[in-house]
Amino acid sequence: MIEQTTKPPVERRTDSPTERGDPVLELDGVTRSFGPETAVDDLSLSVYEGELLTLLGPSGCGKTTTLRLLAGLDRPDAGTIRLGQGTVSGPDRFVPPDDRDVGLVFQSFALFPHLSVGENVAFGIQEWADDEVDRRVEQLLDLVDLADYRDHSPDDLSGGQRQRVALARSLAPEPEVLLLDEPFSNLDVSLRVEMREEVRRILKEAGVTAVSVTHDQEEALSISDRVAVISDGSVEQVARPEVVFEQPESRFVAEFLGQAGFVSGRLAAGAVETDLGTLPADVIEGLGPEYDGARIDVMVRPDDLVAIPDDDDPNGRIRNRQYTGPSFVYEVELDGGDVVYCEHNHADNLDLDQRVRVDLRVDHPLAWFPAR
Amino acid sequence: MSVRERVGPLLDRLRGGRVAAVDSGYAALAMLVAVALVAPLAWLVVDVTGLGGRALELTISSRTLAVLGRSVALVAVVTAASIAVGVPLAVLTVQASIPYRRFWTVLCALPLAVPSYLGAFAALSAFGPDGPLSTALGLPLPAVEGFAGAALILTLYTYPYVFLTTRASLLSLDASLVEAARTLNCGRLTAFRRVTLPQILPGIAAGALLVALYALADFGTPNFMNVEVFTQFIYSRYQGLMRDYAALLSLQLLAVTGVVLFAESRIGADDSGAYASRGNRGAAELRLGLWRYPALALPALVAVLALVLPIGIFAMWLVRGGPGYEFAQLSFSWSYGWNSIYVSALAALASVLVALPIALRSASEDSRLADLTARVPYVGYATPGIVLAIALLGFSLDVVPPLYKTLPLLVFAYVVRFMPQAVGSVRTSAMQVDRRLIEAARTLGRSRTGAFRAVTLPLIAPGVVTGAALVFLTTMKELPATLLLRPIGFDTLVVYIWRVEEAGLYGQAAIPALVLVVVSGLSMAVLLAQEDN
Repeated sequence: MIEQTTKPPVERRTDSPTERGDPVLELDGVTRSFGPETAVDDLSLSVYEGELLTLLGPSGCGKTTTLRLLAGLDRPDAGTIRLGQGTVSGPDRFVPPDDRDVGLVFQSFALFPHLSVGENVAFGIQEWADDEVDRRVEQLLDLVDLADYRDHSPDDLSGGQRQRVALARSLAPEPEVLLLDEPFSNLDVSLRVEMREEVRRILKEAGVTAVSVTHDQEEALSISDRVAVISDGSVEQVARPEVVFEQPESRFVAEFLGQAGFVSGRLAAGAVETDLGTLPADVIEGLGPEYDGARIDVMVRPDDLVAIPDDDDPNGRIRNRQYTGPSFVYEVELDGGDVVYCEHNHADNLDLDQRVRVDLRVDHPLAWFPAR
Repeated sequence: MSVRERVGPLLDRLRGGRVAAVDSGYAALAMLVAVALVAPLAWLVVDVTGLGGRALELTISSRTLAVLGRSVALVAVVTAASIAVGVPLAVLTVQASIPYRRFWTVLCALPLAVPSYLGAFAALSAFGPDGPLSTALGLPLPAVEGFAGAALILTLYTYPYVFLTTRASLLSLDASLVEAARTLNCGRLTAFRRVTLPQILPGIAAGALLVALYALADFGTPNFMNVEVFTQFIYSRYQGLMRDYAALLSLQLLAVTGVVLFAESRIGADDSGAYASRGNRGAAELRLGLWRYPALALPALVAVLALVLPIGIFAMWLVRGGPGYEFAQLSFSWSYGWNSIYVSALAALASVLVALPIALRSASEDSRLADLTARVPYVGYATPGIVLAIALLGFSLDVVPPLYKTLPLLVFAYVVRFMPQAVGSVRTSAMQVDRRLIEAARTLGRSRTGAFRAVTLPLIAPGVVTGAALVFLTTMKELPATLLLRPIGFDTLVVYIWRVEEAGLYGQAAIPALVLVVVSGLSMAVLLAQEDN
């Protein structure tokens, strides 16, 4: 049974570059190998004025290497990196980090222990006139809400405060692009959510174009304007957070973001017969008549499904469950053999091996992939 | 950060580009340091070839063999005595419930900082049936001289090596092991023999080898005590204008030193865990009851002999002075002190300048080259001062005559001998500088050199200062190289003490000796402060 809710599908904005003007930062076929291993593999990406783009991927996927290449701390083996009007890294050109208009916020914050907070912030603008430096430092410490800490030592600060100093320090020289390396991984879990909003506010107020790197999908989806999912050194998909989540372009993206279950079936006469019943082709994104006869896997997220105990007309069995606090996620093995996940309110406590009826409740088109 | 991202920059260095230029520049410097260190020592071989066929003859002559035998005997006696003194003191200060434990610990370690020739000088000047001490006390005291005197003095000032390494082993000992042995029906002594001793043995051995090295290389004590061991005999041959023979003996001493060093490196490889502190730190208490007060007699006696006595004697000379020194043209002048400070400052400055690139490089990566370059200087550190001096004299005379007995040559000798101390402390502080701080400075618009000046340098400054201080203070105390390589007429504090002793007129040496005691105390303080960080 399919319950199509009354809400019309959300109007989607296209991500065409023409809407955004020229890119501030462009990577074209960038490759970097360490010995036999290719960390970054023919990676191409554009970053536009004022946006916050996050490189998201599992550890070891090459995202930190990409960041170091952008900062000029490392040099690519092939490909071009353009920043603003000029090429900063190419086959016969390499601009060192100090001559690039790029700021970098380190994972460990890397505050200079021998300098005060104010001196740290002023570090990158020493060639400015003294009163300008003074004004800039004051302005930035105001922005990050640390005006009273100017003369403190970085050692006196909490993790969140250090991060804000690190941000202020890299913003001081007004970089064209600000890079953030796993910006929240050195913070207590309880502080992370708060700092995400804080960092986003600071970046937006400063109006800076930013590229951040993380392996934490929740962080990427919550702070970014766009997310680039990276796997094995290249970009799998770049789009706004809700698009990558709901319309993954590859199985990797689908499985990396959130829990994804798949039900398989063949498209015939405008519908797909699956373990969850018959799905009309129009609830599946972009599944036109030209695919008639194709075997496909339809992606269903835990929040698209409900499982109801049913001994009369069941279509599956609860195989496992995860308790996350606010909710239960049940792993259900459907009678046809496909495995899906259903998210329930924490009060809905179902037993293992319970026979259930799983129904689909969606207010958005479903994504699909050709069957494996 | 994944492993490959971390090893990346390392692999990167193996490949071309600008980094390669830095690399080859560094390799050139490394080669230069290595050559500068080894070339003079190699010159000993050239000197010896001047002897021709006589070289072998002299090597196995009864005189030479007697020197070898006496040297080995002195080293053996001093090492055994140091173990006999050092181990009980270590057990006492770690495991026994003695009052003021910290005070006794520092007191037992303190003689290490005092150069043994000061002790020898004090003992020589005060003891003996007709000595001032006998006169003052009204009873005839035996003279402290010869083989026994040298062994006593060397033991008093080198046992702290055994004391300190044994302490470290005892502190890292898991106390529950001893308790386990006790529950398995071992008596206290049996438990010590069967459980504690095997575990602290590597620590004792490490300390004993350091003692052996010191006893072998010490120049002042055997000379003052007039014992014909290698260092004394080499000097007397050199004085007798037998440079080739001195070179031959130097090579022999170097070979014996090599044997001890080899033994030390083998032990060092075995006891990797001996100094590491593990869980239950040395809580095994040695209950002495009231015996703990008489037990304190041992450290008290050692402290009196090694510290109180010489300082007391110097103080006595200071108060009493002595007539007739003006006649021998040996009156003390503060210019000796200024010379000491001047040459030590030069040595400290030069050492730091050479040590900086070596230490920074070896701290920033673990390439073989960097590792090797950091180790090569230790050859100079382990070479006995008299050997280095003889080698440099021959080398300068034959190869670069304008440098013979000049300040630059003297400072070079100091750098060869003491620069490793600076490498060590700079390296330690450089390793604590997070590479990301440099990268942060780079992304904030600083060039390589700019980032070095603004970030690296201020952060390693304490290490640089410590290294310079250590070189400065050890140079102040250095005897053999100073004595042989100094320009004619350039007298320092130690040279003055040497001349006073040679003339048999002790009184005027009070001020320089006390100054050197203070310098010794300072160097100990610097070392302790460094360890606290």
